[in-house]
Amino acid sequence: MPVEIDIAHVARLARLGLSEQELDHYRRQLGVILEHAARVQELEGEPSVDVTHPLGMVNAFREDLPGDSLDRDEVLAQAPETRDGYFVAPPALEG
Amino acid sequence: MSAQTIAEAQTGLRDGSLTSRMLVEHALKVAADTEAQIHAYLTIDRAGALEAAEKADEDFSRGQDRGPLQGIPVALKDNMVTRGVETTASSQILAGYVPPYDATVVARLRAGGAVIVGKTNLDEFAMGSSTENSAYGPTYNPWDIDRIPGGSSGGSAAAVAAGSAMAALGSDTGGSIRQPASLTGVVGVKPTYGTVSRYGLIAFASSLDQIGPLTRSVEDSALTLEAIWGHDPLDATSFRGEYPALRSRLQEGVEGLKVGVVSELAGEGYEPAVEAQVSGMVDKLAGSGAEIHEVSLPTFDIALSAYYLIAPAEASANLARFDGMRYGLRSAGQTAEEMMSRTRAEGFGPEVIRRILLGTYALSAGYYDAFYGQAQRVRSAIREDFARAYSQVDVLVSPTSPTVAFKAGERTEDPLAMYLSDICTIPCNLSGDPAISVPIGLDGQGLPIGFQVMAPALGEPTMYQVAAAVERLASFEARPNLDLVAS
Repeated sequence: MPVEIDIAHVARLARLGLSEQELDHYRRQLGVILEHAARVQELEGEPSVDVTHPLGMVNAFREDLPGDSLDRDEVLAQAPETRDGYFVAPPALEG
Repeated sequence: MSAQTIAEAQTGLRDGSLTSRMLVEHALKVAADTEAQIHAYLTIDRAGALEAAEKADEDFSRGQDRGPLQGIPVALKDNMVTRGVETTASSQILAGYVPPYDATVVARLRAGGAVIVGKTNLDEFAMGSSTENSAYGPTYNPWDIDRIPGGSSGGSAAAVAAGSAMAALGSDTGGSIRQPASLTGVVGVKPTYGTVSRYGLIAFASSLDQIGPLTRSVEDSALTLEAIWGHDPLDATSFRGEYPALRSRLQEGVEGLKVGVVSELAGEGYEPAVEAQVSGMVDKLAGSGAEIHEVSLPTFDIALSAYYLIAPAEASANLARFDGMRYGLRSAGQTAEEMMSRTRAEGFGPEVIRRILLGTYALSAGYYDAFYGQAQRVRSAIREDFARAYSQVDVLVSPTSPTVAFKAGERTEDPLAMYLSDICTIPCNLSGDPAISVPIGLDGQGLPIGFQVMAPALGEPTMYQVAAAVERLASFEARPNLDLVAS
């Protein structure tokens, strides 16, 4: 079953700035992989169990207690650009 | 240097015939002699390791005993964050990243007195089966440096096989601990999902990722897992119940145990030497009193397909955090979106981009139900198959990998061929159950073959009991010839 892929749309959703040549390369590779992956449709019947945690855990919350957080200077030291204790990023809106 | 295993070294460290400094200096010497050929490590923390060794020896001399890992040189896969030590997950996008905190497993190792030698190489973000997808160059197999060590925890496996660490931690999302363990002749375990904290493990696929040990013996594996597992409030999926003792039944043997041989994990694509040694081991288990059953788990045939939808889908969401804003690489861009798109295209390698695209596609409108939704139904069906099998047998066995270590470059051009390396290991990630790989022999070319023992969730004591019996029956004592590597 050949799989139809709008690779430019998928790359945009994933925020990957790829060239036309790269897009074409990945589209062909994804086609091969997805043809194999489409075998999931061979499953017959509906399984009765739901996949959650293998040990059946739900709603695991820790105690809501105040504690130390990471040191701000240490965290900001890893950032590409900072100013006055903030992260600096390019504008989110044009114009 | 006589101690080959942690269990042996433990005694020497406590009767004064060995020091941590001796063990750590030996590990660093092996690394110095072999790293140019093997490249198991991305970072070696020589100063930190020697300091920690000194501290461990001081503690011993004062009678302070923090447990079996005190003074033992241990390596960490470079997707576990270490405070103050660069952590890259083998990606350019994290080049130079120095984490401000320790992963829970790292904190537990430190509290237990373990000496962290360094950070090991992996396929970028743990995506791969050969350690060739590292942005910092591949790792090679100590048994044959023209071959890969498996992956993605190939650096950890190669370090333990070569002796530049006595134990290492890896992470296993689809087989990334067990497959490299098999290909390098060491013991590798993926514990039950939720038993080892993922806090500080750089996430690949959160419902599948699990940290576990790579060691030279089954006993070392059990004692290392005991040191790192247990409930952690910092991981919402961490198991809160009782954790069983792992070393109490290692000597008990397999008399009366029911062992299931998985019929789907054999045949086409499996090397004859692998099949012969695995069935030879099954015969030996039968000779030791185990009851052998042929077991069919039909959904195993489509497990790989489900995995290559679920894992990339989760990866595409997890890796959205690498956006050039708060840490790591940033490429120039006029707007936030342009900066992000360029950073990600330049910072991620081809396999990571391939999986992000695959996962984004599988989750996108119009395809979600046919791909991702259906893959989740397959996952449920696999768990049902396992439950049926474990109502008849105590453990399941199979090869760990259909082949021995392959040549470097052999599968890099064909992603699907590479994915097939994980055919035997993926089902336990989808079910969440534990599994171990134990070396049982060499093929005609002198390359190691691994035997996989799978058990139901929290069945680690039985898994280790059978693995210890397999280890005794195999009496696998071969070691890679490091003189050849070092020359």
